[in-house]
Amino acid sequence: MITLKVNGQDHQVDADPDTPLLYVLRNDLELNAAKFGCGLGQCGSCTVIVDGQAVLSCVTPLLLLEGKQVTTLEGLGTVAAPAPIQRAFMEEQAAQCGYCIAGMMMRAQALLMRNSKPTDAQIRAELEPNLCRCGTHMRILRAVHRAARLMDTADAAGDRSIR
Amino acid sequence: MNGPVILDRRSVLAGGGALIVSFSLRGAVAQEAKPQELKPQGPKLPGSLATSPYLDSWIRIDADGRITAFTGKAELGQGFRTAFQQIAAEQLDVPFDAIKVITADTKLTANEGYTSGSHSMQDSGTAILHAAAQVRALLMAEAARRFELPAENLRSENAAVIAPDGRRLGYGELVAADVLHVQAQPTSPLKDPQSFKVMGQPVPRVDIPAKVTGGAAYVQDMRLPGMVHARVVRPPSYGAELMEFDAAAVEKMPGVIRIVRDGNFLAVVAEKEFSAVKAMHALAAAAKWRESAKLPNQNDLPNVLTRLPSQDFAILSRSDPSVTGTRRLEATYTRPYQSHGSIGPSCAVAQFADGAMTVWTHTQGVYPDRQAIAEMLGMPQPSVRLIHVEGSGCYGHNGADDAAADAALIARALPGRPVRVQWMREQEHGWEPYGPAMVTKLSAALDEAGRIADWNFAVWSNTHSMRPGGAGSLLAAQHIAKPFAVPAPKPLPLPEGGGDRNAIPIYNFPNAHVMHHFIPAMPLRISAMRALGAYHNVFSLESFMDELAGLAGADPVEFRLKHLDDQRGRDVVEKAAQEFGWSRDRKAAQNRGQNLGYGFAFARYKNLAAYCAIASEVEVDRETGRARLVRAVAAVDAGQVVNPDGITNQIEGAIVQSTSWTLYESVAFDDTRITSIDWQTYPILRFNSVPDSIKVHIINRPGQPFLGSGETGQGPAAASVANAIAHATGKRLRNLPLSRKRIKDAIDA
Ligand code: FES
Ligand code: FES
Repeated sequence: MITLKVNGQDHQVDADPDTPLLYVLRNDLELNAAKFGCGLGQCGSCTVIVDGQAVLSCVTPLLLLEGKQVTTLEGLGTVAAPAPIQRAFMEEQAAQCGYCIAGMMMRAQALLMRNSKPTDAQIRAELEPNLCRCGTHMRILRAVHRAARLMDTADAAGDRSIR
Repeated sequence: MNGPVILDRRSVLAGGGALIVSFSLRGAVAQEAKPQELKPQGPKLPGSLATSPYLDSWIRIDADGRITAFTGKAELGQGFRTAFQQIAAEQLDVPFDAIKVITADTKLTANEGYTSGSHSMQDSGTAILHAAAQVRALLMAEAARRFELPAENLRSENAAVIAPDGRRLGYGELVAADVLHVQAQPTSPLKDPQSFKVMGQPVPRVDIPAKVTGGAAYVQDMRLPGMVHARVVRPPSYGAELMEFDAAAVEKMPGVIRIVRDGNFLAVVAEKEFSAVKAMHALAAAAKWRESAKLPNQNDLPNVLTRLPSQDFAILSRSDPSVTGTRRLEATYTRPYQSHGSIGPSCAVAQFADGAMTVWTHTQGVYPDRQAIAEMLGMPQPSVRLIHVEGSGCYGHNGADDAAADAALIARALPGRPVRVQWMREQEHGWEPYGPAMVTKLSAALDEAGRIADWNFAVWSNTHSMRPGGAGSLLAAQHIAKPFAVPAPKPLPLPEGGGDRNAIPIYNFPNAHVMHHFIPAMPLRISAMRALGAYHNVFSLESFMDELAGLAGADPVEFRLKHLDDQRGRDVVEKAAQEFGWSRDRKAAQNRGQNLGYGFAFARYKNLAAYCAIASEVEVDRETGRARLVRAVAAVDAGQVVNPDGITNQIEGAIVQSTSWTLYESVAFDDTRITSIDWQTYPILRFNSVPDSIKVHIINRPGQPFLGSGETGQGPAAASVANAIAHATGKRLRNLPLSRKRIKDAIDA
C-alpha cells in the first residue's frame, strides 16, 4: 500500500511500486484525463502536475510519489465550474479529437502557475514535449494565451482561488 | 459457431415504448437489408437516404418529446456530431439542445459503410437534413388533420405545431400514429437558408466539455464491471512465425489470468493493466520467431515500385491536334510510406456473453468491421454487435479495426468478462496500415502564348483501401493458425478514385493524358490515409504547375487562373491570393532576401468535394536546410456551411498535419523489420515549427449541397509549402518528405 495524494485527497493504492503513475491514475483511481499515448516519455499525453511541475506520468513510477501532490485535469475544475484553463480551451474550441489536450492543458497550467504572463515564444517552448497529431496547435496556443488573460482578470478581482 | 441474435433496432424499438412501435413490428425492414432491396423506385434519394430510406432510421421522436437523430457515421474528432445536431435542430424547428445524436452502432443506426473520404456531410448530413425536413412536414400534416385546419395556416416552433388560434400540439403528441415510418421522398420542404437560426452558426462542439475536464470520452476510458486487460505480442516483422514461447513462466506472474495463443497470434490477459504490460514484455522477450527478409530497399523505393507489375488504366485522354506545345518540361515526384500516427494507440473492449459478441471500437465502419470479425470468429453477423466509441484521431484506416479483432478474439477465450485491449506505441507504429508510397511522372508543353498545350500525368500506386470487408484484412485473422488470406487489392473506382484520386487535372488543358498504374503487390501493409492518392497527386500536379509558371515567366496564381474555368475554383483561388496579399507580398519577399518564400496551391478534392486554395509563407534556414511554415491563408468552399468553426478547425488541422507529412515524415524499414516504431524514429511536427498564423476564409454557398471538407486541405497544403520552399531557395524539391537534409543538399548543390 502506498499513500498517494491526488487532487488534494489521500488514496491508499495497492499497486507495485514500479507501476507508472499513469496506470494508477487511470485504473485504480478511475481518472480519465491523463492519457496513454506512448508510455515512453515521448508525447506528453500523460502529463500531470506533481508539486507544481509538469511530469510525464507514464514514466514516473509510483514509488517516487510518496508525499508529493499530484494534480490532474480533474483537479482543476468541472464542466459546471471550469478552471480558467478549461474555460479557455472551451472558448477557443481548442480540440479536434482532443486526445492530446489534457496533457497540453496540464503542461500549460504548470507554466501559468509560475509565469502568469508568458510570451508566445515561452508558451511554444514550454509545450515542445507535447505532440498533437490533429494539428490543433494554433488553437492550443490561443487557448493558453486566453487562459493567462482569464487568470489575470481573476487575480485583479482578488480571487486567487480559481488559479 | 451459432449464437443468439442480438436484436436489431426494429425489435428493440418494438419493446422500447417509442411510438414507432406499430410499424416497427412489420419487421420488413432490417437495418442490414441489402441496399438494393430497400431502394425505392424513381429518382435517387438524397445522401444516405438512398440506402436507408425510412425516415425513422434517421429521426426518432418519442411520446415524451425526446428527439434522437441517428447517423451510421462515426465521430472521429471532426466535430460532425455537433454539425448533425445543428442540421436536425434547424430543419425540425427545435432548440439545438433538444436533440440527442446517436452515432454508428450496428444495433441502432443505419449502415453507412465507412466514415471516410470527407463523405459524412454529403451522405449522413444530407440524409439527416432531408429526413428532418420531411419529418417536420409530416408532423405539420398530422397536426393539420387534428386541428382540422390547412397545414399552411400552421407554424412550427420549439418542437410544437401551433395553430393561429393558439392551440398547440407537441411533437411527442403527434407521433402517435405511423407518422415517421415512411420512406423518404426525393425532395424535401427545406427551410430557406435566409431563415437559418442554428445551421451556419459556430455552435460550440458538444464533445469538448468532457474532453477538457476529464470526462469519459474515448474507448480508452471505458471501464466495464469485471473488465480485464489484455496485451498482444505482435510478431517482430511481417510474416514472422512463432516457433516457441515460455507460457509457464508468464502464467506464474502475478495477476496474469490467461495466455491466448492461436498460431502466430499471441496475447496475455491480466487483472490489472500494468500486469498485462509486464507479462507482454516477458512473453515477447522469451518468444522465438522465424523471420524472413522480404522488404524492399527503402533507398530505391521509387524504382522498386515502378518496376512492380501493374495494371494500367488510361483515365483521361483528351486531344486537340490543333494545339501543340513547343517548350517542354518533365519531372518525377515521389512519396514514401507515411504513418497515420494516432496519438492514442488503438484500443477496443469486447465482451462475449451468452453466445453473443459485443465490441466497442473506434473503427470507421461498424458494419464492415462486424462482417470481418464475424467471419473471423465463425459467428453469424447478427450475433456480433459493434458500437463505435471515439478514439484518438485516426486520419484514415489505422489500427482501430485490428484492435477490435484482437479484443474479440481474446474475449471469446474468456466468456463473460469484458476484455480491454490497448496497443502499445511500437505496435501502432509498426503494424498500422501505412499511407502508400507513390510515384508520379509528369510532362507538359507550353504553347507560344505561355499556355499549357499538352499535359501528361502518370501515377504508380498501390490500392488506398485495404479496409475490412472480409476477415483477411484483420491482423488477428491473418495471424491465427487457420489464417484468412489477405483479400486481393483493388483500385478504388473513379470518379473518387484511390491512387488516382485527383490525378485528373481540374484545369482546362487542350491535350491531356492521365495514366493510372495500379500496383497490386504490397511490400508494406497499407490502407487508407487522409486524402488517399490526392495528397501526392495534388502535391505533384500543383508543384508542376509552379514549375510551368516559371517556364512561362508567369505569376503562379495568374497562371492557374488562366487554365481554370470552374467559377467556384476561381473564387477560392482569388480569395486566398487576395487575403494573403499575394502579388504585393510576393514581390516584397523577393526583395527581402532569399530566406523567405511564397507558395500557392489549389485543388478541388476528388474534383467533386470541397474547393481549397492555400497561400503560404515559408522561411528556410540556408545553413541548416530547416524549413518552417510561417503563415498560411486558406480559402475554402464546402457548399452550404453548417458549422463554420468546424470547417476552420479541419482546415487549420489539415494545414499543420500536411506540413508535418511534407517536411518530416517517412516510414523507415530494413530488409526485414519496420524500424520507425515510435516518435523518436518517426518524428512529426512539434511546437517549435508551428506557424505564426493560419487564416481560413470560408466562402459559404447557402442552399448548395454540403461538400465534405475534412481532407480537402492535405494536397494543397503540401504543394503550397513545396512551392514556397522552391521560391525561397530557387531549388525544386520533388521527393517527399522535403527534409532538412534534402533542402540543404539542394541549396549546396
Ligand atoms: S504517454 Fe507519457 S509521454 Fe507519451
Ligand atoms: S487534438 Fe487530436 S491529437 Fe491533438
